[in-house]
Amino acid sequence: MSVGLRRAGQVLAIAVVLALLAVLAWRVVKDSEGGAAAALRRGESPVAPAFDLERLDGMGRLELESLRGKAVVLNFWASWCIPCKKEAPLLEAAWRKWRSKGVAVVGVDANDFRSDARRFARRFKVTYPLVHDGPGRLLDDYGLAGFPETFFVRPDGRLSSWKQGELSAEEIETGIRGALAG
Amino acid sequence: MKAFLLTAVMLLCLALVPTAVASESQPTLAEIESEVVCPTCHTTLDQSSSPVAQRMRTFIRARIAAGDTKSEIKRRLVEDFGDQVLASPPKRGFNLFAWVLPPVGAVVAAALLAVLAVRWSRRRDTEAGDAPASDPALERRIDDELARLDS
Repeated sequence: MSVGLRRAGQVLAIAVVLALLAVLAWRVVKDSEGGAAAALRRGESPVAPAFDLERLDGMGRLELESLRGKAVVLNFWASWCIPCKKEAPLLEAAWRKWRSKGVAVVGVDANDFRSDARRFARRFKVTYPLVHDGPGRLLDDYGLAGFPETFFVRPDGRLSSWKQGELSAEEIETGIRGALAG
Repeated sequence: MKAFLLTAVMLLCLALVPTAVASESQPTLAEIESEVVCPTCHTTLDQSSSPVAQRMRTFIRARIAAGDTKSEIKRRLVEDFGDQVLASPPKRGFNLFAWVLPPVGAVVAAALLAVLAVRWSRRRDTEAGDAPASDPALERRIDDELARLDS
Protein backbone atom coordinates (compact mmCIF):
# COMPACT_ATOMS: atom_id res chain seq x y z
CA MET A 1 0.00 0.00 0.00
CA SER A 2 1.47 3.37 -0.99
CA VAL A 3 2.19 6.00 1.64
CA GLY A 4 -0.29 8.42 0.03
CA LEU A 5 -3.10 5.88 0.08
CA ARG A 6 -2.35 4.96 3.67
CA ARG A 7 -2.36 8.65 4.70
CA ALA A 8 -5.69 9.18 2.89
CA GLY A 9 -7.17 6.20 4.75
CA GLN A 10 -6.00 7.59 8.10
CA VAL A 11 -7.47 11.03 7.32
CA LEU A 12 -10.77 9.43 6.29
CA ALA A 13 -10.92 7.33 9.48
CA ILE A 14 -10.24 10.40 11.65
CA ALA A 15 -12.88 12.39 9.73
CA VAL A 16 -15.49 9.65 10.27
CA VAL A 17 -14.71 9.46 14.01
CA LEU A 18 -14.93 13.27 14.34
CA ALA A 19 -18.24 13.33 12.44
CA LEU A 20 -19.68 10.65 14.75
CA LEU A 21 -18.49 12.59 17.81
CA ALA A 22 -20.11 15.77 16.43
CA VAL A 23 -23.43 13.93 15.95
CA LEU A 24 -23.21 12.54 19.50
CA ALA A 25 -22.44 15.99 20.97
CA TRP A 26 -25.29 17.60 19.00
CA ARG A 27 -27.71 14.94 20.23
CA VAL A 28 -26.60 15.30 23.88
CA VAL A 29 -26.92 19.11 23.73
CA LYS A 30 -30.32 18.89 22.03
CA ASP A 31 -31.62 16.43 24.63
CA SER A 32 -30.35 18.48 27.54
CA GLU A 33 -32.05 21.62 26.25
CA GLY A 34 -35.44 20.12 27.24
CA GLY A 35 -37.48 21.83 24.52
CA ALA A 36 -39.70 24.88 24.80
CA ALA A 37 -40.95 23.96 28.30
CA ALA A 38 -37.42 24.15 29.70
CA ALA A 39 -36.90 27.57 28.08
CA LEU A 40 -40.12 28.83 29.69
CA ARG A 41 -38.91 27.45 33.01
CA ARG A 42 -35.74 29.51 32.60
CA GLY A 43 -37.89 32.62 32.17
CA GLU A 44 -37.43 32.89 28.41
CA SER A 45 -40.17 33.35 25.80
CA PRO A 46 -39.08 31.05 22.98
CA VAL A 47 -40.75 30.93 19.60
CA ALA A 48 -43.35 28.17 19.61
CA PRO A 49 -41.88 25.22 17.65
CA ALA A 50 -43.52 25.15 14.22
CA PHE A 51 -45.72 22.32 12.99
CA ASP A 52 -47.76 21.37 9.98
CA LEU A 53 -50.03 18.47 10.94
CA GLU A 54 -52.98 16.57 9.55
CA ARG A 55 -56.35 17.72 10.91
CA LEU A 56 -58.52 15.05 12.51
CA ASP A 57 -61.73 16.49 11.07
CA GLY A 58 -60.57 15.72 7.52
CA MET A 59 -60.14 19.41 6.63
CA GLY A 60 -56.56 19.05 5.35
CA ARG A 61 -53.63 20.23 7.42
CA LEU A 62 -53.04 22.94 10.00
CA GLU A 63 -49.87 24.96 10.21
CA LEU A 64 -49.11 26.84 13.43
CA GLU A 65 -47.72 29.68 11.30
CA SER A 66 -51.22 30.24 9.82
CA LEU A 67 -52.43 31.34 13.26
CA ARG A 68 -49.84 34.13 13.58
CA GLY A 69 -51.63 37.26 14.84
CA LYS A 70 -53.85 35.25 17.17
CA ALA A 71 -53.20 34.02 20.69
CA VAL A 72 -53.18 30.21 20.62
CA VAL A 73 -54.04 27.72 23.32
CA LEU A 74 -52.04 24.66 22.29
CA ASN A 75 -53.28 21.61 24.17
CA PHE A 76 -51.40 18.29 23.90
CA TRP A 77 -53.68 15.35 24.63
CA ALA A 78 -54.51 11.72 23.86
CA SER A 79 -57.77 9.80 24.01
CA TRP A 80 -56.36 7.34 26.59
CA CYS A 81 -55.39 10.19 28.96
CA ILE A 82 -57.90 10.50 31.80
CA PRO A 83 -57.30 14.17 32.80
CA CYS A 84 -57.69 15.09 29.11
CA LYS A 85 -61.32 13.98 29.34
CA LYS A 86 -61.95 16.41 32.17
CA GLU A 87 -60.35 19.43 30.54
CA ALA A 88 -61.78 18.97 27.02
CA PRO A 89 -65.15 20.59 27.95
CA LEU A 90 -63.30 23.53 29.57
CA LEU A 91 -61.20 24.06 26.44
CA GLU A 92 -64.35 23.87 24.30
CA ALA A 93 -66.00 26.52 26.49
CA ALA A 94 -62.91 28.75 26.22
CA TRP A 95 -62.89 28.28 22.42
CA ARG A 96 -66.53 29.36 22.16
CA LYS A 97 -65.94 32.36 24.42
CA TRP A 98 -62.69 33.63 22.89
CA ARG A 99 -62.73 32.59 19.22
CA SER A 100 -64.18 35.93 18.06
CA LYS A 101 -61.60 37.83 20.13
CA GLY A 102 -58.44 36.77 18.35
CA VAL A 103 -57.88 33.49 20.19
CA ALA A 104 -57.55 29.99 18.72
CA VAL A 105 -57.64 26.69 20.60
CA VAL A 106 -55.78 23.80 18.96
CA GLY A 107 -55.65 20.24 20.27
CA VAL A 108 -52.59 18.18 19.33
CA ASP A 109 -53.48 14.50 19.64
CA ALA A 110 -50.24 12.53 20.05
CA ASN A 111 -49.29 8.86 20.50
CA ASP A 112 -52.84 7.87 19.71
CA PHE A 113 -55.10 6.13 17.18
CA ARG A 114 -56.89 8.55 14.85
CA SER A 115 -60.13 6.60 15.27
CA ASP A 116 -59.95 6.88 19.08
CA ALA A 117 -59.21 10.61 18.84
CA ARG A 118 -62.22 11.18 16.56
CA ARG A 119 -64.43 9.18 18.93
CA PHE A 120 -63.13 11.33 21.81
CA ALA A 121 -63.97 14.52 19.87
CA ARG A 122 -67.51 13.31 19.19
CA ARG A 123 -68.04 12.18 22.77
CA PHE A 124 -66.91 15.51 24.26
CA LYS A 125 -68.43 17.60 21.46
CA VAL A 126 -65.11 19.21 20.63
CA THR A 127 -65.38 21.76 17.83
CA TYR A 128 -61.97 23.45 18.10
CA PRO A 129 -59.36 22.27 15.57
CA LEU A 130 -57.64 18.99 16.38
CA VAL A 131 -54.48 17.77 14.69
CA HIS A 132 -52.85 14.34 14.78
CA ASP A 133 -49.20 13.73 15.69
CA GLY A 134 -49.31 9.94 16.02
CA PRO A 135 -45.53 9.40 16.31
CA GLY A 136 -45.31 12.31 18.79
CA ARG A 137 -42.59 14.13 16.83
CA LEU A 138 -43.55 17.48 18.40
CA LEU A 139 -43.26 16.25 21.97
CA ASP A 140 -39.47 16.65 22.19
CA ASP A 141 -39.58 20.11 20.58
CA TYR A 142 -42.02 21.30 23.22
CA GLY A 143 -40.32 19.29 26.00
CA LEU A 144 -43.41 17.44 27.11
CA ALA A 145 -43.23 15.33 30.25
CA GLY A 146 -46.69 13.76 29.87
CA PHE A 147 -50.32 14.38 29.00
CA PRO A 148 -52.02 16.75 29.12
CA GLU A 149 -49.84 19.81 28.75
CA THR A 150 -50.96 23.19 27.45
CA PHE A 151 -48.92 26.03 25.96
CA PHE A 152 -50.14 29.59 25.52
CA VAL A 153 -48.78 31.27 22.40
CA ARG A 154 -48.70 35.04 21.97
CA PRO A 155 -49.95 36.63 18.71
CA ASP A 156 -46.29 37.18 17.71
CA GLY A 157 -45.66 33.41 17.83
CA ARG A 158 -43.72 33.34 21.09
CA LEU A 159 -44.74 31.26 24.08
CA SER A 160 -46.00 33.13 27.12
CA SER A 161 -46.70 30.31 29.60
CA TRP A 162 -47.48 26.61 29.92
CA LYS A 163 -49.16 24.23 32.29
CA GLN A 164 -48.30 20.60 32.98
CA GLY A 165 -51.32 18.48 33.83
CA GLU A 166 -55.02 19.18 33.88
CA LEU A 167 -56.13 22.81 33.49
CA SER A 168 -58.87 24.56 35.42
CA ALA A 169 -61.19 27.12 33.81
CA GLU A 170 -59.37 29.89 35.71
CA GLU A 171 -55.97 28.74 34.46
CA ILE A 172 -57.21 28.76 30.87
CA GLU A 173 -58.58 32.27 31.33
CA THR A 174 -55.33 33.49 32.93
CA GLY A 175 -53.23 31.86 30.23
CA ILE A 176 -55.25 33.44 27.43
CA ARG A 177 -55.15 36.89 29.00
CA GLY A 178 -51.39 36.55 29.52
CA ALA A 179 -50.87 35.56 25.88
CA LEU A 180 -52.99 38.45 24.62
CA ALA A 181 -51.18 40.92 26.89
CA GLY A 182 -47.75 39.67 25.85
CA MET B 1 -19.74 -34.47 4.08
CA LYS B 2 -20.40 -31.21 2.21
CA ALA B 3 -23.42 -32.71 0.46
CA PHE B 4 -24.77 -33.97 3.77
CA LEU B 5 -24.44 -30.53 5.37
CA LEU B 6 -26.06 -28.81 2.39
CA THR B 7 -29.00 -31.22 2.49
CA ALA B 8 -29.42 -30.68 6.23
CA VAL B 9 -29.48 -26.89 5.84
CA MET B 10 -31.98 -27.11 2.99
CA LEU B 11 -34.24 -29.43 5.00
CA LEU B 12 -34.06 -27.06 7.98
CA CYS B 13 -35.04 -24.11 5.74
CA LEU B 14 -37.96 -26.09 4.31
CA ALA B 15 -39.09 -27.03 7.82
CA LEU B 16 -39.11 -23.36 8.87
CA VAL B 17 -41.19 -22.15 5.89
CA PRO B 18 -44.61 -23.38 7.17
CA THR B 19 -43.91 -21.80 10.60
CA ALA B 20 -43.13 -18.45 8.99
CA VAL B 21 -46.22 -18.63 6.77
CA ALA B 22 -48.43 -19.52 9.75
CA SER B 23 -46.92 -16.67 11.78
CA GLU B 24 -47.73 -14.23 8.96
CA SER B 25 -51.28 -15.41 8.25
CA GLN B 26 -52.31 -16.33 11.81
CA PRO B 27 -50.23 -14.16 14.13
CA THR B 28 -50.52 -14.32 17.90
CA LEU B 29 -50.73 -11.36 20.24
CA ALA B 30 -47.44 -12.40 21.90
CA GLU B 31 -45.59 -12.36 18.56
CA ILE B 32 -46.76 -8.89 17.60
CA GLU B 33 -46.25 -7.57 21.13
CA SER B 34 -42.55 -8.38 20.84
CA GLU B 35 -42.25 -6.63 17.47
CA VAL B 36 -44.04 -3.39 18.34
CA VAL B 37 -42.89 -0.53 20.57
CA CYS B 38 -45.02 1.39 23.06
CA PRO B 39 -44.79 5.04 21.89
CA THR B 40 -44.76 6.57 25.37
CA CYS B 41 -42.36 4.22 27.18
CA HIS B 42 -40.19 3.13 24.20
CA THR B 43 -40.07 -0.53 25.25
CA THR B 44 -41.67 -3.38 23.35
CA LEU B 45 -45.36 -3.79 24.02
CA ASP B 46 -44.87 -7.03 25.98
CA GLN B 47 -42.89 -5.06 28.58
CA SER B 48 -45.29 -2.17 28.96
CA SER B 49 -48.51 -1.68 30.86
CA SER B 50 -49.00 1.99 30.00
CA PRO B 51 -52.50 3.10 28.94
CA VAL B 52 -51.52 3.41 25.27
CA ALA B 53 -49.87 -0.04 25.35
CA GLN B 54 -53.07 -1.53 26.74
CA ARG B 55 -55.09 0.20 24.04
CA MET B 56 -52.70 -1.11 21.37
CA ARG B 57 -53.08 -4.65 22.73
CA THR B 58 -56.86 -4.37 22.47
CA PHE B 59 -56.46 -3.14 18.90
CA ILE B 60 -54.14 -6.03 17.96
CA ARG B 61 -56.48 -8.61 19.50
CA ALA B 62 -59.39 -7.14 17.53
CA ARG B 63 -57.42 -7.20 14.26
CA ILE B 64 -56.30 -10.81 14.84
CA ALA B 65 -59.93 -11.76 15.47
CA ALA B 66 -60.89 -9.95 12.25
CA GLY B 67 -58.43 -12.17 10.35
CA ASP B 68 -55.73 -9.59 9.54
CA THR B 69 -52.25 -10.85 8.74
CA LYS B 70 -49.25 -9.75 10.79
CA SER B 71 -48.13 -7.36 8.05
CA GLU B 72 -51.58 -5.79 7.84
CA ILE B 73 -51.73 -5.23 11.59
CA LYS B 74 -48.27 -3.68 11.62
CA ARG B 75 -49.16 -1.48 8.63
CA ARG B 76 -52.24 -0.19 10.48
CA LEU B 77 -50.13 0.59 13.55
CA VAL B 78 -47.56 2.42 11.40
CA GLU B 79 -50.35 4.49 9.81
CA ASP B 80 -51.27 5.86 13.23
CA PHE B 81 -47.95 5.86 15.10
CA GLY B 82 -45.31 6.08 12.37
CA ASP B 83 -42.36 3.78 11.64
CA GLN B 84 -41.06 4.25 15.20
CA VAL B 85 -43.74 1.86 16.42
CA LEU B 86 -41.83 -1.05 14.87
CA ALA B 87 -39.14 -2.65 17.04
CA SER B 88 -37.10 -3.43 13.89
CA PRO B 89 -36.77 -0.65 11.32
CA PRO B 90 -38.58 -1.30 8.00
CA LYS B 91 -36.40 -2.58 5.13
CA ARG B 92 -36.77 0.48 2.93
CA GLY B 93 -35.46 4.02 2.48
CA PHE B 94 -32.87 5.29 4.94
CA ASN B 95 -33.78 2.48 7.38
CA LEU B 96 -32.27 0.01 4.93
CA PHE B 97 -28.86 1.10 6.24
CA ALA B 98 -29.69 -0.48 9.61
CA TRP B 99 -30.10 -3.85 7.86
CA VAL B 100 -27.30 -3.55 5.32
CA LEU B 101 -24.52 -1.97 7.39
CA PRO B 102 -23.99 -4.72 10.04
CA PRO B 103 -23.36 -7.59 7.54
CA VAL B 104 -21.35 -5.29 5.25
CA GLY B 105 -19.33 -4.11 8.26
CA ALA B 106 -18.72 -7.71 9.34
CA VAL B 107 -17.52 -8.69 5.85
CA VAL B 108 -15.26 -5.62 5.58
CA ALA B 109 -13.83 -6.26 9.07
CA ALA B 110 -13.18 -9.93 8.23
CA ALA B 111 -11.48 -8.98 4.95
CA LEU B 112 -9.39 -6.37 6.74
CA LEU B 113 -8.34 -8.88 9.40
CA ALA B 114 -7.45 -11.45 6.73
CA VAL B 115 -5.31 -8.93 4.81
CA LEU B 116 -3.55 -7.81 8.01
CA ALA B 117 -2.95 -11.41 9.12
CA VAL B 118 -1.36 -12.28 5.75
CA ARG B 119 0.82 -9.17 5.85
CA TRP B 120 1.96 -9.82 9.42
CA SER B 121 2.85 -13.47 8.69
CA ARG B 122 4.77 -12.44 5.54
CA ARG B 123 6.69 -9.81 7.49
CA ARG B 124 7.62 -12.37 10.16
CA ASP B 125 8.85 -14.81 7.52
CA THR B 126 10.94 -12.08 5.93
CA GLU B 127 12.36 -11.04 9.29
CA ALA B 128 13.24 -14.69 10.07
CA GLY B 129 14.86 -15.02 6.65
CA ASP B 130 16.87 -11.84 7.18
CA ALA B 131 18.30 -13.01 10.50
CA PRO B 132 22.14 -13.03 10.32
CA ALA B 133 23.73 -16.42 9.98
CA SER B 134 25.62 -17.55 13.05
CA ASP B 135 29.38 -17.00 13.05
CA PRO B 136 31.23 -20.41 12.99
CA ALA B 137 34.14 -18.95 14.98
CA LEU B 138 31.82 -17.64 17.63
CA GLU B 139 29.93 -20.96 17.76
CA ARG B 140 33.23 -22.78 18.23
CA ARG B 141 34.28 -20.41 20.97
CA ILE B 142 30.97 -20.86 22.85
CA ASP B 143 31.27 -24.66 22.58
CA ASP B 144 34.81 -24.45 23.99
CA GLU B 145 33.67 -22.23 26.88
CA LEU B 146 30.81 -24.61 27.71
CA ALA B 147 33.10 -27.65 27.55
CA ARG B 148 35.56 -25.92 29.86
CA LEU B 149 32.79 -25.11 32.32
CA ASP B 150 31.55 -28.73 32.26
CA SER B 151 35.04 -30.05 32.93
